[in-house]
Amino acid sequence: MSEEALRGLVSSRSMSRGFPRLGRFIFAECVAGAYLLVFAPVAMIVLISFFAQEIVSFPANGLTLHWYANAWARPEFSRGLLTSVQVAMATTAIGVPLGVAAAIPLVRSRFPAKAGINVLLLAPLALPGVVTGAGIYMMYVAAENVLDTDIKGTMVGLVAAHTMLTIPWTVRLVVASLQGLDEAIEEAAANLGAGPFTVFRRITLPMMRPGIVAAAMFSFIQSFENLDLTLLLVGPGRITLPVAMLNYLEFRMDPTLAAVATAQIVLVGALMLVTDRFVKLSRIV
Amino acid sequence: MAKLTVERLKKQFGTSIAVDELTLEVAQGEMVALLGPSGCGKTTTLRMIAGFVAPTSGRMLLGGNDITRVPPHVRETGLVFQSYALFPHMTVAENVGFGLEMRGVSRAQRGPLIAEALGLVRLSHLADRFPKQMSGGQQQRVALARALAISPKLFLLDEPLSNLDAKLRAEVRTEIRSLQQRLGLTTLIVTHDREEALTMADRLVVMEGGRVRQVGSARELYEEPRDAFVAEFVGRCNLLPATREDDERVRTRGGLLLSSRRRADESSSASTLAIRPERIAIEPGHHAEIKGQLEAVTYLGAHTEYQVLLGESERVVVTRPTPVRDDPMLSVRTNDPVSLTWDTEAPRLIPETAKD
Ligand SMILES: Nc1ncnc2c1ncn2[C@@H]1O[C@H](COP(=O)(O)OP(=O)(O)O)[C@@H](O)[C@H]1O
Ligand SMILES: [Mg+2]
Repeated sequence: MSEEALRGLVSSRSMSRGFPRLGRFIFAECVAGAYLLVFAPVAMIVLISFFAQEIVSFPANGLTLHWYANAWARPEFSRGLLTSVQVAMATTAIGVPLGVAAAIPLVRSRFPAKAGINVLLLAPLALPGVVTGAGIYMMYVAAENVLDTDIKGTMVGLVAAHTMLTIPWTVRLVVASLQGLDEAIEEAAANLGAGPFTVFRRITLPMMRPGIVAAAMFSFIQSFENLDLTLLLVGPGRITLPVAMLNYLEFRMDPTLAAVATAQIVLVGALMLVTDRFVKLSRIV
Repeated sequence: MAKLTVERLKKQFGTSIAVDELTLEVAQGEMVALLGPSGCGKTTTLRMIAGFVAPTSGRMLLGGNDITRVPPHVRETGLVFQSYALFPHMTVAENVGFGLEMRGVSRAQRGPLIAEALGLVRLSHLADRFPKQMSGGQQQRVALARALAISPKLFLLDEPLSNLDAKLRAEVRTEIRSLQQRLGLTTLIVTHDREEALTMADRLVVMEGGRVRQVGSARELYEEPRDAFVAEFVGRCNLLPATREDDERVRTRGGLLLSSRRRADESSSASTLAIRPERIAIEPGHHAEIKGQLEAVTYLGAHTEYQVLLGESERVVVTRPTPVRDDPMLSVRTNDPVSLTWDTEAPRLIPETAKD
């Protein structure tokens, strides 16, 4: 629910009439608590990234941009960022069209296995990434033996795994946007002379756009931030940013990581803001 | 515009038959209403004609061409959907111009055609709005303009007034009818509202359970219904189970002898006496032939409705202009004796369900 909607809910007249004062107060506290819970860790990370001391402690000995410079200087982070962006873009470019294609028959057609496929498509959402990652790893090993070619540790293998991870999201979002679409609108276009392909291009696709844009953004972020599944599949020289951060953490624990994380937060936040200009995310998710 | 012929059209969904051997014709420039209760197969029929539902059997001809297997986008019918189905991501002008665009009309040539179509429904000033910025009545008129802009061979309307409030409904009803007549549109309208059908259409097709019950003008259906279902569906009607006694009288199930002259076309299976409430005269006392007891009076403004008990258990409803001044009916109270009279030609003895 969006912040605006929540505020509307808290201050709505029916609420103030239906709830006694104390109830309303408790409700407002809960809302504030929820916000705090969501934003506190983020705020903490951003704050720490400017702390001067190497071992994090409060209060700060002073503020510095040193950790940002350090992060920038270390090749594993800049290379990781590049790899992550490449993987996320490839994942989005492949996963979104596939997810859209998978979603359409789930809404529009009637076939016996539909309910089963629906559940299967959503299953990866419920599985821990490590489990999925292990499964994919074993599958790759088996495939490598048969095909006699490298898969794990390659870009292709990683993008394929991430695509698998993001498709359920895309399907969910696109199904939601399709379900809200009155089929009579497509029939009206056909009635006016549009053939099936034209109906799809001129009517169905534009009306699915909010869902597709949201799916693209989700796919990108999911792939960009993924650690658990990726951990098992990256190869030398193809380390993604989250894996690079974990590696760094193994022998150092200074605010450099906080600086990287902050940069990441800014990047994802900017992406969300841009997307939000196209579609009101709060209305879809 | 072209003539529509539907022959023995049938649609089966699984084991249930939605439309059963339906035959109808809409002459060029004529407006025909498919009238029937909800679920009787009206929308399915319309969707088969527009090409969105494949018939199980039967065929359809438009302007002499068999269109039974023609895909919807080349049928050249103009369908107005019950939900309007406007394109939400296009402006009013883009909505109306869409059909022209599909026909390869250039942008420059579309302009005046769009303006003309919007002019027909008096919406020229809203051409740049989006559908969701308009009222229901305005959206309805955009849907009309959009269907008319392509100069369809056949104009199809599915319950076009059902989402409008009462006042707007009367307005749009007149508007559609005058457009239809002015442009000479061959039109098939689907509705469950008898007033809508009676006031708009040249001819009505009364449907029930996927079948045609009767075809005729409003007057024919109202005054010469073929069976009890039609009699009741096109207007209020007293229906009393009865059998023919002689050429001038019938005997009701309750044993009353009522006057009703036999008609030449009376069916041998006729078992229901049908008489419209306004064809019955009512007076106080027991001086006329049919004697009864007043059970209830309902004041309806211009008209007043009387419910009368005849004999032991048979009830009829009588309507007449509300009595004024020193009309003797003014002083009649519930449980008072009253008597009824009617023209012996007024009632009809008809079957429960007409068989073909
Ligand atoms: N796509 C469909 N699948 C199964 N049954 C349907 C379908 N469309 C309509 N029906 C059934 O056919 C009958 C007629 O429906 P419809 O044509 O919509 O009636 P009306 O428009 O007169 O209310 C109904 O019993 C309805 O349930
Ligand atoms: Mg219907």
